[in-house]
Amino acid sequence: MVDQSIASLAKKLRAKEISSVELTQDYLARIKQLDGQLNSYITVTDEIALAQAEAADKLIASGSTSTLAGIPIAHKDLFCTDGILTTCASKMLHNFVPPYESTVTGRMLASGAVTLGKTNMDEFAMGSSNENSHYGAVKNPWNLDKVPGGSSGGSAAAVAAGLCVAATGTDTGGSIRQPASFCGISGLKPTYGRVSRFGMIAYASSLDQAGPMARSAEDCAHILQSIAGFDASDSTCSEVATEDYTANLEAPLEGLTIGLPKEYFGDGLNNDVATVIQDAVKEFEKLGAKVKEISLPNLNLSIPSYYVIAPSEASSNLSRFDGVRYGYRCEDPKDLMDMYKRSRGEGFGKEVQKRIMVGTYALSEGYYDAYYLKAQRIRRLIKEDFVKAFDEVDVIMGPVAPTTAFGIGAKTDDPIAMYLEDIYTLSINLAGIPAMSIPAGFAEGMPVGLQIMGNYFAEAKLLNVAHKFQQATDWHTKNPSLAEGA
Amino acid sequence: MNWEVVIGLEIHAQLSTQSKLFSGAATSFGAEPNTNTTLVDLGMPGALPVFNKEALRMAVMFGQAVNAEIGMTSVFARKNYFYPDLPKGYQTSQMDHPIVGKGHLDITLDDGTVKRVGITRAHLEEDAGKSLHEDFQGMTGIDLNRSSTPLLEIVSEPDMRSAKEAVAYVKMIHSIVTYLGICDGNMAEGSMRCDINISLRPKGQEEFGTRTEIKNVNSFRFIERAIYTEIERQADILEDGGKITQETRLYDPDKDETRSMRSKEDANDYRYFPCPDLLPIELTQEYVNEIAANLPELPVQKAERFMSEYKLSEYDAGVLSATRAMADYFEEVAKVAGNAKLAANWVMGELSKYLNTEGKEITESSVTAEQLGGLLVRIEDNTINGKTAKNVLQSMWEGEGSADQIIEAKGLKQVTDTGAIESMIQGVLDANAAQVEQFRASDEDKQKKMIGFFMGQVMKASQGKANPGMVTPILNKLLKG
Repeated sequence: MVDQSIASLAKKLRAKEISSVELTQDYLARIKQLDGQLNSYITVTDEIALAQAEAADKLIASGSTSTLAGIPIAHKDLFCTDGILTTCASKMLHNFVPPYESTVTGRMLASGAVTLGKTNMDEFAMGSSNENSHYGAVKNPWNLDKVPGGSSGGSAAAVAAGLCVAATGTDTGGSIRQPASFCGISGLKPTYGRVSRFGMIAYASSLDQAGPMARSAEDCAHILQSIAGFDASDSTCSEVATEDYTANLEAPLEGLTIGLPKEYFGDGLNNDVATVIQDAVKEFEKLGAKVKEISLPNLNLSIPSYYVIAPSEASSNLSRFDGVRYGYRCEDPKDLMDMYKRSRGEGFGKEVQKRIMVGTYALSEGYYDAYYLKAQRIRRLIKEDFVKAFDEVDVIMGPVAPTTAFGIGAKTDDPIAMYLEDIYTLSINLAGIPAMSIPAGFAEGMPVGLQIMGNYFAEAKLLNVAHKFQQATDWHTKNPSLAEGA
Repeated sequence: MNWEVVIGLEIHAQLSTQSKLFSGAATSFGAEPNTNTTLVDLGMPGALPVFNKEALRMAVMFGQAVNAEIGMTSVFARKNYFYPDLPKGYQTSQMDHPIVGKGHLDITLDDGTVKRVGITRAHLEEDAGKSLHEDFQGMTGIDLNRSSTPLLEIVSEPDMRSAKEAVAYVKMIHSIVTYLGICDGNMAEGSMRCDINISLRPKGQEEFGTRTEIKNVNSFRFIERAIYTEIERQADILEDGGKITQETRLYDPDKDETRSMRSKEDANDYRYFPCPDLLPIELTQEYVNEIAANLPELPVQKAERFMSEYKLSEYDAGVLSATRAMADYFEEVAKVAGNAKLAANWVMGELSKYLNTEGKEITESSVTAEQLGGLLVRIEDNTINGKTAKNVLQSMWEGEGSADQIIEAKGLKQVTDTGAIESMIQGVLDANAAQVEQFRASDEDKQKKMIGFFMGQVMKASQGKANPGMVTPILNKLLKG
């Protein structure tokens, strides 16, 4: 059952070949059996999941047409879930049980999806390797010595290992796409504003976006259908109408123009990864697409721009974690200042503290113009690069990351190398456009993701392009040996 | 040395919206701690602000009322600092792009001169919560009911040159916001609070001196006294050759002194930046025009109308239009009484005496406008005279009912029967035969002086009920024999 699509499981549930309770029990058993090796979950909600599955079975019996009804999924542990521990993988929120439901998880509940639990992540979504977690690093199911990518590393590993059918993730600078690439699954970062951020614990508000992580583009489409759309609780959520994301999956790709930005294939890109990407592009040509070389000249500026804007927003967003109302408070504070300093000093991990300090510095009087405002100007240039490119091409393709998954601990002492990991993904968040990672092959035994970038609100087009590729290839059906029950 | 004081004011007016600036929680005063709150006001992780458009409308109304530029694109910014009753660790405010830009208003000084005061800007921001230090031994309680309550911060130019001017300015702002109905103006409940920037410079000097800021003064009287106190303190320092430290001070009304709160060096770097959770507010000209077209009558316009419509003096019109409540009260009295001049005299005279004695606002008056109007009707139709009316007002103030009820119950109706008045006067003359003799023996000048004595005796005999207009001719006739 573990390598079946949402659509086929939905069919089986309706044909009574299996019940949601049975399916949920299978997954809970797999989690118990395998997650000790992966550490992909922070919280497993057995009882809640089974109760939801029971309800889903009744829903299906009563004729519900919701494709997600009864499908066991998992949520990244930064979506607030009513009555369920929500930690952001931080000691700061080790005891935080939200009194409300995020829009994303609420919409999936309304679709009848079953929540298996909350997945591990980099603390407050800050990281590219899932090594920055108060609950320990997550392992890559393809090779337990390697990282799963981050920050949605738990979701990616869980989907890849068959510990859930699909999962939610969030992507601020690549946090859905890069772990999807490293773990050989499909992940979509929608257009900024496509999915509500209400109830998502914020890292960098102007960049954060939730999206699906699943075994195929088609599965991503089903989840996006549930979570996308206007929400009055999030002022930055778009009123642009959603589309039927599964309706045009099969549309032929004849005449599709693919842009290949030359900056995505320059120095720093691993040769084997480059070969996988080039082969994937050839596959698209076979499907009738045309290829055009384009330029995104400001790509190299995306790292400095991102690493000013994201920490600046984070430094403010994370101010509410002060030990006053919820979360971690230090023992026996001497006075108010002591409480602030120790609660935050002890509650936040190193990477989070580093980014808060960087952001605080960038926003300080006398530095604001030189850092924050300049970064915003660069952001506009990057956006203009994409707008220009989409005048010429329908989609843009390239690698997600310069390499495949690296070894655990390999880059922890080299923050610059770690930040360079994000070179191909950051600019997408800065521009606010949608992008996917889909499995395109292997390099040295590890999965390689192809990144497909689209114009604003072109999610349906991206899913169509990805789906056609997945019909022509079988990379997305490959399972790590761990997931085969080893 | 002859010092000139320079004063600029920042007034925080709480907007009278039903719900908060960024959440649907109620803004009502005095609720149980932390009950008027939502996820947003509590600063819950993942909660997001949603802007209350009613606050926007109110801010634009204010901008129109002070002839200001309206920010067609305005931006919310975060002001970052840590404080236990600031749940998000930042206050959402406006920095570079406020909703209201440069404007001005005119104030009338005691000597009747009109002075123009510049408004630098007015911006929308959310209030913080409240820290409660009593009742929690060694600990602090936090009440977030006020968190995210909408405020309009109105910043003036440093245009005021005396405490009186500053108070006149604050009163005018108070008057404008209450006229517009965008703030209840209740200073005791903190609906309007004032930060005073104050500095001294030698008279004739162009350059400003170093200023101090007195935070959170919340009554007209305290504003005046705080300024006097601070002028004296600064002048003492300067006279002794000292220097003023730029700092924030607090005014203590009990000791009538200002105390240092924090110096410039301790000041926070607020790290303002545009709030990424809120979109810039874009206004259309239609929206602004629509608000301008529906602006209620403002104090200055009302005073002008009182002069033209009711023929009031400039002074009376100014006093009666000073607050919307006062103006409404006066107009109601005038309507019922049918005589605006009489209404103006009684509202500003007798009624104000009672209000002042008990320290009450017009809204708290024990006598309603309708009751006072009813009393004036009885003066107009000669049922009672002015002197009796004052006694009736006192009974009315004490809650004894309407003018007619009191007149009836106390038998105060004026005597207007000629025969009855004549026989009463004759009785008075009979009882004062010697004085009558003396009167008749006197020349005309002397007689004029003596008539007052007889008049007094008659009124006394009638217990004030005789109509003085009728008494005079009869008394003259009978005296002359």
